[in-house]
Amino acid sequence: MSVITKQAGTSAAPAAKPGRRRFGAMTPPWLFAAPALLVYAVVVLYPSIAGVVYAFTDWSGIGGDMSFVGLSNFSAILHDDQALGSLGNTLLLTVAVVVVQNVVGLLLALGVNTKIKSRALLRVVFFSPVVVSPVMVAFLWKYIYNPDPSAGLNGLFGLHVDWLGDPSVALWSIAGMVVWQYAGYSMVIFLAGLEGVPRELHEAAMIDGAGTLQRFRYVTWPLLAPAVTINLMLSTIGGLKLFDQVFAATNGGPGYATETLSTVLYKQAFVYGKFGYSTAIALVLALFVAAVSFVQIYYLRSREVSQ
Amino acid sequence: MKARTFLLEIVMIAVAVAFLFPVYALVTLSLKSPDQIAESPLAVPSSPTLDNFASAWSSAALGPSLINSTVITVVSLVALIALGSFAAYFLARVRSRLGYGLYILFLLGIVLPFQLGMIPLYRLITDLGLIGTHLGMIVFYTGVQLPFTVFLYTGFIRALPREYASAAQIDGASHLTAFTKVVFPLLRPITGTVLILNAVFIWNDFFTPLLYLGGSGFETVPVSIFSFVGQYVSDYGLVFAGLVLAALPIVVVFLLLQRYVIKGFSSGLKG
Repeated sequence: MSVITKQAGTSAAPAAKPGRRRFGAMTPPWLFAAPALLVYAVVVLYPSIAGVVYAFTDWSGIGGDMSFVGLSNFSAILHDDQALGSLGNTLLLTVAVVVVQNVVGLLLALGVNTKIKSRALLRVVFFSPVVVSPVMVAFLWKYIYNPDPSAGLNGLFGLHVDWLGDPSVALWSIAGMVVWQYAGYSMVIFLAGLEGVPRELHEAAMIDGAGTLQRFRYVTWPLLAPAVTINLMLSTIGGLKLFDQVFAATNGGPGYATETLSTVLYKQAFVYGKFGYSTAIALVLALFVAAVSFVQIYYLRSREVSQ
Repeated sequence: MKARTFLLEIVMIAVAVAFLFPVYALVTLSLKSPDQIAESPLAVPSSPTLDNFASAWSSAALGPSLINSTVITVVSLVALIALGSFAAYFLARVRSRLGYGLYILFLLGIVLPFQLGMIPLYRLITDLGLIGTHLGMIVFYTGVQLPFTVFLYTGFIRALPREYASAAQIDGASHLTAFTKVVFPLLRPITGTVLILNAVFIWNDFFTPLLYLGGSGFETVPVSIFSFVGQYVSDYGLVFAGLVLAALPIVVVFLLLQRYVIKGFSSGLKG
């Protein structure tokens, strides 16, 4: 799953074995894990299990009555244009962000991983938006996407696009700001992968007459597989859960054009008071995230170069 | 070869300049009065003014929210490192089936989106009287970020030879002393990664502090900025001065520690 687990997996086995025989009784007491387990159970496990239960109820708010309604919240999703639209938007947004962010991130990494003098500075420049709050980035981009012809992107390029106000453009504008903020994150993960590609392999391929593109295809790309896996997972899960940027930039509008699963479940709970329905949408989101995590872990691992 | 590198250098710098256009707009507008913005928003400011910064600082309540963010982030980090490293030490060394099951249970938390438990947790935190308090947020971040923290620590500890702790224990040290005096200091590299990834997440988190702290007077920086922008939405100079001030602390820390931050992000897995 990550660079760290792999290192751990390879070097732990020989180190652990002799200890097992000689110092077998020296396992730390389970009390070491008790405080963490308690906090984890209270903050994550109990609420998540309760969430699954609430998804089958009509609970409508703190202290309100609640009764089980079977699958009716889920069939309601299928007849709710806002919820269905948000599912479609979430998937479109995720695909757009995953593809563009990783292609841009890879190109930046390839450009920075060369002998150019500005490489250290460029790495910092491209990474810097990652550490800033997504809400603040969204407010900055709200200006960049200003419909006023003299402001922002329109002012820079002499365009007349209503970036966030035109329902057919707004979703892609959101994707654009997400890519701008996180392309540098993909870049640094690809860079870590590129640093692991042995120089000798490139030299050998060069001697064999391979061109730049061939060397990328047959030397760099297969060895980049772990970085690709991590990047795809991070950007897919981030895309599926996207909330802050949409909430700050468009709040789901115009109409429902940029509504995502996270913004809809927020509104169903805290604007309309439909807590049961909101958790049903959250359960759908959770199933997507879990499915993607498992598919990516198992499918993408199979194409990684064995180490 | 030289010419190609030079050409690539030019291209990459051009890309970086284009990439920084939003930052240029941010800084330029924050230095202008509303009249100057109306006249030519994107031109380099002819007579820059710092008025926006002074009024943004007070109207966004940035002083108090910086303190709130700092308290919540620092205490959560201490709790995460303490609880996470102790738990991971047990999980990395235990050899029973139950212990492995417990580890998998922790990993499950990386995959579960917090939205699933959002409403039951909101109810629980309300019932405990922790809505609108620092403690409520600290408990939340500790719980939510523990799976990821435990995952990072466990992987690292598994790669450490058991002999360090065993040697100390043969000399009469307890498990507690062996861990705190011998093992924990060896965890420094991964503690750095845990610190950086969790700090950036907690400092910038928005959704939960909006729910738990909105209107309480204990808002963190992203929540304060959110209501500040809502209030002065059309005054871009003022809004952008607020954004610059709010982003400055974490950007400065990033620039000072950039090598470690980038290393932390490129080696860890964020759920």
